[in-house]
Amino acid sequence: MLDLAILAAEPKTVHGSLSAIGYGLAAIGPGIGVGIIFAAYIQSTARQPESAGLTRVYMFLGFAVVEALALLGIAFGFVFT
Amino acid sequence: MSGPISYLASDLPWPPSVEDFYLPAIVHGTYPWITKFTALVWLAVAIIIVFFLLAYRKPKLVPTKAQWLAESVYGFGRNNVAEEVIGHKGLRFAPYLATLLVFILVTNLFSIVPLIQVSPNSHIAFPAMLAVISYVMFNYLGIRQHGFWPYVKMNLFLPGVPWPMYFLLVPIEFFSTFILRPLTLALRLFANMFAGHVILLVFTLGGFVLLQSDSLFIKPISVLSWAMAIALTFFEVLVCALQAYVFALLTASYVTGALAEEH
Repeated sequence: MLDLAILAAEPKTVHGSLSAIGYGLAAIGPGIGVGIIFAAYIQSTARQPESAGLTRVYMFLGFAVVEALALLGIAFGFVFT
Repeated sequence: MSGPISYLASDLPWPPSVEDFYLPAIVHGTYPWITKFTALVWLAVAIIIVFFLLAYRKPKLVPTKAQWLAESVYGFGRNNVAEEVIGHKGLRFAPYLATLLVFILVTNLFSIVPLIQVSPNSHIAFPAMLAVISYVMFNYLGIRQHGFWPYVKMNLFLPGVPWPMYFLLVPIEFFSTFILRPLTLALRLFANMFAGHVILLVFTLGGFVLLQSDSLFIKPISVLSWAMAIALTFFEVLVCALQAYVFALLTASYVTGALAEEH
């Protein structure tokens, strides 16, 4: 009985940083975006294999621009602590 | 929930934090100047210079292995980045883009070399300097090509837009072209290398933390953790090469935008 009272009196705290959850939320959008970019590239290459070299540069450009959002998230997760 | 795990692993640097990236000086008393990171940058420069000098000391018609490698690397920067993105007149930027590609690739690859296992690019200072060079270069090229005000106008005022929209578009264009471009260029490389190193730390140190557990069922999971560390090291190779390519590609793309005639 005494043990239970001690356990109940102990403050229930959750340690860790909320920015981890924030980064999880921030990664949703870029995740979808990067998926769409690669899906579009695969689709265009399947429909027209000759265009693979032509569109590869645009795929990487789009990928880099979209990915920047996820990376801003990871950087700001450490900045806003 | 800093329960039994952090108590048991009190001698391990767990969880990994930003402090893990501030390594002490190699020589005592030279803290910010001679650390592992600055030494690695000098090492990368030395490796690149020596490799390309040796590979091209006696060029042959039928290339040796080293010459073939050097030519392939430079050819990639020249043909697949400079010529493909900027076009034929982009060939004069091929030396810069190929240098950028090789330098970033070598410094990135330090993050997977055993016993080194950290890239200088996981400190924002090094990618920031590279981004500043690219930023100054493409703006200088644009201003030289068009003149200062036409260049700024070309970037801020998109043609064929109803004029009230400019109140919205000009600040957005200014922010994205002149502020966000160098910022994301540096941040992309930095965050990839930083996150890659943290992931490897999590799985390697996590293995030791699991091994120190009291439960006999949790101990063997550390093997899984180390297997993940090895698998992710191979994934890091991909990220290293991709980020070097993307940095050179975006620089080339910004140069194209600066040199373009009014659209």
